[in-house]
Amino acid sequence: MMTWLRQNARETIAALALVILFAGYIAIHPRGFSTYVVTIWSNQGTLLGLAAIAQFFVVLVKGIDLSVGSIIALTNVMGSFLLNGSPTSIALGMVVVLTVGVACGLVNGIAVVYGGVQPIVTTLATGGIFGGIALLLRPTPGGSIDETMSDALTYAVAGIPVSAVILVIVLVVLLMLLRRTAVGLGLYAIGSSEQSAYMTGLRVNRLKLVAYGSSGFVAALAGTYVSMVTLTGDPNIAPSYTLNSIAAVVLGGVALSGGVGSPLGAVIGALILKTISSLMFFSGLPPLAQPFFEGLILATAIALGALGVFRVRSRLELYR
Amino acid sequence: MADRYVELKSVSKSYGGVPALTAVDFRCEPGRVHAILGENGAGKSTLMKLLAGVIQPDAGTISIGGQTVRFSSPREAAEQGTVCMFQELSLMPHLSVGDNIVLAAPRTRMGMIERSVYREAREALDLVGAKSIPLGARVSGLSLSERQLVEIAKAVFRKPKLLILDEATSALTSELVETVFGVLRMLKEQGVAILFISHRMHEVDAIADRISVFRNGRHIETFDVGARTTDEIVGLMIGRSLEELFPPRRAPVPDTAPVVLNVSNVSWAGQLVDVSLAARAGEIVGLGGLDAQGQQQIMHAVFGVLRGVTGRITLNGRRLNGLRPPRVKQSDIGLALVPEDRKTEGLIPSMSVAQNMRLAVLGRAPFGLLDLDGSSEARLQELIERLALSYGSLDDPIATLSGGNQQKVVLAKWLVLSPKCLLLMDPTRGIDLPTKAQIYRLLTDLAAEGMAVILQSTDYEELIHLCDRVYVFYRGSVAKELTGDHLSADALIAASMNVHLHAGGQA
Repeated sequence: MMTWLRQNARETIAALALVILFAGYIAIHPRGFSTYVVTIWSNQGTLLGLAAIAQFFVVLVKGIDLSVGSIIALTNVMGSFLLNGSPTSIALGMVVVLTVGVACGLVNGIAVVYGGVQPIVTTLATGGIFGGIALLLRPTPGGSIDETMSDALTYAVAGIPVSAVILVIVLVVLLMLLRRTAVGLGLYAIGSSEQSAYMTGLRVNRLKLVAYGSSGFVAALAGTYVSMVTLTGDPNIAPSYTLNSIAAVVLGGVALSGGVGSPLGAVIGALILKTISSLMFFSGLPPLAQPFFEGLILATAIALGALGVFRVRSRLELYR
Repeated sequence: MADRYVELKSVSKSYGGVPALTAVDFRCEPGRVHAILGENGAGKSTLMKLLAGVIQPDAGTISIGGQTVRFSSPREAAEQGTVCMFQELSLMPHLSVGDNIVLAAPRTRMGMIERSVYREAREALDLVGAKSIPLGARVSGLSLSERQLVEIAKAVFRKPKLLILDEATSALTSELVETVFGVLRMLKEQGVAILFISHRMHEVDAIADRISVFRNGRHIETFDVGARTTDEIVGLMIGRSLEELFPPRRAPVPDTAPVVLNVSNVSWAGQLVDVSLAARAGEIVGLGGLDAQGQQQIMHAVFGVLRGVTGRITLNGRRLNGLRPPRVKQSDIGLALVPEDRKTEGLIPSMSVAQNMRLAVLGRAPFGLLDLDGSSEARLQELIERLALSYGSLDDPIATLSGGNQQKVVLAKWLVLSPKCLLLMDPTRGIDLPTKAQIYRLLTDLAAEGMAVILQSTDYEELIHLCDRVYVFYRGSVAKELTGDHLSADALIAASMNVHLHAGGQA
């Protein structure tokens, strides 16, 4: 247990920070610890958590994805057209929405892998395209989403928010796939050293496509869940999801240099971000001062994660 | 199995018009260890890369057991049983040792990697003498020699039919090399064909059955081990007879020569225990011992890389404790360090030859301005000639140079600062004989000019023939100081294992 904690020090520290922030949030919330408060928090956290997982897959293979928010927006908008009517048509709609997400991810992946374009440039461009399509499809927020389904997925059962259950299931499945399958380990391998992975006989290009495709898939899950929570399709949500997803993976100990981190870390990072902004909302601070304190708490959390630097005895380690 | 020989017929390969291999015929057979010898640039690496599927021949055919093959990636080669262990390590630094090995040939059930594969990985590690490396350890935390062992274990784990080892043992101590050789002999018995590239002649003598010499991209000659003397082989490699590899022994440095570097009672983080040593002007002082016994750390401690070093380190009477690399390299102190791994610590791979050479001198100029009077440029030019650096253009990326020439650039970048004390960490690792000879002569000359040279090395010959004195490290402290007639291979090995203090020794 201790070795596990040491090896995953960044996740552990992030989790501790989350617990402290959450306790603070509950303490100042006028309704305190209640199913209602926790469900709202969990729903919001799940939205950003899924976005962070989508970002994680790309960052894992040394990329950065500026189109995550746009894919979420596009799939959310598509959901607002397709996720209603008979159960069959909803199921069909789900399939279409998720396929679109995977396709968006693969477009990014193909440009990066076969086009040799830098991920940041690629996704800047494709992000514009995906977001643009969303805007053309639905210039103003609207649409309709099956309310029964929304209720089932956003409320709580026996005091446990359904969103938390969904998030945990997604995490468990992903952790299994990443740690126990050759493809999952392969993703870590190419993030760690593409050359070594190639020399080891891994299919580097194919694995990269898997990473980008998975990112698109999870982004589509996020987009779908946005539809469930908001009951509308909104093309304008992209920028905040993109930026927060990057902040979340960094907070959660995922290295932007690739090969290090886990979806669990990304989700913890997302929950920290969400909790900080909720904390601000109920803090009673003047709204104009809130961004300043939000930034301050964020900076502190990042600094906590970097404390390990002081334990390094050989300076050479700092530059590895 | 017996017919699974590998054959190359008039294979040629060139890079951008420069021929790397010209009309090479070559054959190696199962159940034999075949050594490939040649200078850097002789075409050995190109040969290996062709066999391993990293590159494809421009002309000619490669066949295995009479069947012509064409591999378009290392993966295809591995599927056909050809596994290559390259000098540039092919490990993923952030992954665990176990994952690194298993990924080479994962066996899955319903998509999940079988747990039993990790047991086999463990067995492969134990086999090559890496019992002390846990499966769960991150590769990035391992020493160079541990990484080489993992790399070898990874190759063995894949159960190759043709195993190619390119300088696979360059960072290993003699004991570990012996263990690895045991494994190679076992594989040989099982009918594996082994290609072995090494610059260490005695290793080739110890393991190889046949030797092929390459020169300038051509296959010169193949013969059985023992058919030719070492001198003859070296002659074949360089196309002329080599004078002594080592320069003639210098007269001992008098006790009156001033002490330049003085290290007293230095300890650090449990890895250095009360280390004291000294180097006089004009001396070449060796640091030997088994791998990772503190030799590397004491170099880092002197150069100001480590935090929390206790004890006293002085250079020409100046206390160095607490000073960091940017400070100790200044001319008033005059310390220089040639690091262990030239690819990651010695050079910036994406920069040109000239940029790399100017890097160390940059910090000396006022306000970081480039050196305006051109004095260091002139010195650089002088050093390039002195080191006999061979290069296309100084503006070429450093990666286009051979390993030996890259090491010369690392030396040049520090020597341009005219250091008073030069620290070298295994400077001839994986370098061909002629370049080694050049570096040895250079070090001797530098010492004659009054520089204090500290040479950490894994090569016993180097310590014996080059050094005035050798400190042998064992578990973080100096186990023995050897000088003069006491400086012999037997004494070094004995002291490395500390057999005088602990009967039986610890390898």
